Amino acid sequence: MPKPVDTITTGNSLDMDKVRSEFPMLSKVIRGKKLIYLDNAATTQKPWRVIHRAIQFETDEYATVRRGSYRLGEEATESYENVRSEIAKFIGAGSPEEIVFTSGATQAINLVAHSYGRKVVGEGDEIIISHMEHHANIIPWKLLCDEKGATLKVIPVNDKGELLLDEYKKLLSYKTKIVAVTHVSNALGTVNPVEKIVALAKEVGAVTLVDGAQSCAHMRVNMFNLGCDFFVFSGHKMYAPSGVGVLFGKSELLDVMPPYVTGGEMIKTVTFDKITFADPPHRFEAGTPPVSQVIGLGAAIGYLNDTGLSRIERHEKQLLNYAISTLKKIQGLRIIGDAENRAGVVSFTLDAVHPHDVVTILSEEGIAVRGGHHCAQPIMRRFGVPATVRASVGVYNTFEDIDALADGLKKAIRVFA
Amino acid sequence: MSYNNELYQQVILDHNRKPRNFHAIEGAKHSCDGHNPLCGDELTVYLNLTPDQVIADISFTGSGCAISKASASLMTTSLKGKTLTEAREIFESFQKMIKGEAEGEETESLGKLVILKGVREYSSRIKCAILAWHTMICALDEKTEATTE
Repeated sequence: MPKPVDTITTGNSLDMDKVRSEFPMLSKVIRGKKLIYLDNAATTQKPWRVIHRAIQFETDEYATVRRGSYRLGEEATESYENVRSEIAKFIGAGSPEEIVFTSGATQAINLVAHSYGRKVVGEGDEIIISHMEHHANIIPWKLLCDEKGATLKVIPVNDKGELLLDEYKKLLSYKTKIVAVTHVSNALGTVNPVEKIVALAKEVGAVTLVDGAQSCAHMRVNMFNLGCDFFVFSGHKMYAPSGVGVLFGKSELLDVMPPYVTGGEMIKTVTFDKITFADPPHRFEAGTPPVSQVIGLGAAIGYLNDTGLSRIERHEKQLLNYAISTLKKIQGLRIIGDAENRAGVVSFTLDAVHPHDVVTILSEEGIAVRGGHHCAQPIMRRFGVPATVRASVGVYNTFEDIDALADGLKKAIRVFA
Repeated sequence: MSYNNELYQQVILDHNRKPRNFHAIEGAKHSCDGHNPLCGDELTVYLNLTPDQVIADISFTGSGCAISKASASLMTTSLKGKTLTEAREIFESFQKMIKGEAEGEETESLGKLVILKGVREYSSRIKCAILAWHTMICALDEKTEATTE
């Protein structure tokens, strides 16, 4: 394996050759075509330093954590807990104790819904989500409402795919117990004004959860600035291995929350009569955690810090603007969503070709994009489409990737003409 | 675009553009709604049988990709006039073919449906091709809903 590249940035812009050389998957050739990876909203490719670090850990440092008092176990625990501290710094959390490792954003939301939600939501209460949520931020709340006799309220969106804040204000009341919204829409790319949404929720005493699965690899997030009570994200969408994610929760909330999954390592004492639980965050980490994945996530955080999120954000914004202007020139192409503030996601349909056929034809060109409802059926229905094609960019994408996408789309149109 | 020829052949593109029997049958004795949760495609199959269990009329409505639409369209044209037993046999052979499990002679009975054979190379598209067929079987079995999951 080649050594990780040390310096990948020069000044304010990214050195794209260096950035790309960090990601081995980008040199993959499929049936004679170079891989053009534009499905970063689904999952991201991994840089060498993440792969190296996980392999190095498994080869030379592996032991389980928070159990054995032998040296190897202690060192593994230290590495594992160091990642927790790095993440706390990365998102501006108050302390490492506010960082809970989960299997991903989905499990983190389920944890909050089951543990905090079941504790505080009762009959007649209300939970507010938005129309553009991923199913992972709809279903746990819907089931909780059904169980408790509470009501799920939905913030509507306008035709540009932006949340209607005036309508949101009308939904808020003393009955609102939880407000759970996505930071960035995985289907439309809209960046929501979460600071404002959180501040308004606070006025009625509601607790807030922000789904950061689509934001934290693309822009700097800061828990102090956002002000939210819970924030969730997944490692695999930020250049880290799959199988690990994070729940940030404010200490005063985590402290009073009952466990969600129970078992080993989340207790203080166990007798057949009485169990006392460990303090957060370990109370919420039953069983052997995904140790190597957490170590890999630590390396990914290092990668993002060194590369610089402001550079990444600027680069992806340029790609987005280029993608929009390039795709708009294609006849019969309709972009879904036109928010003022948006991240590097473009969802679209072609008049003559169904999204799945587009994906198959692009795939033959080596281009990976997503076709379907993106696990966000309500927002698809809102825009009257059963499915869209979605191209989503990451740090390693280039203007050439967008050109290849446009060429592939023109081919699809020709096949179906 | 030679590599796409096996999947997107002219016959498939033609059935996608001008699907046959693409309408509802008013008061059909048998009908079923099918959906593919993976992609959100939805279609309805309508059927009427003669007293001696021959498919007198069959049609479909709905939205989907070229593969699912062409498969549904081709299905209606090949099943009209077939007995229930024949229809089920064709379904079995078709299913085997697109899953890549069919032997040479097994596909012979499928006639023009063989045009969809290319789907077997695209594992993510097999469900698109099979949706109409599952929905047809469920209509025969007098269920109201079919899914590819």
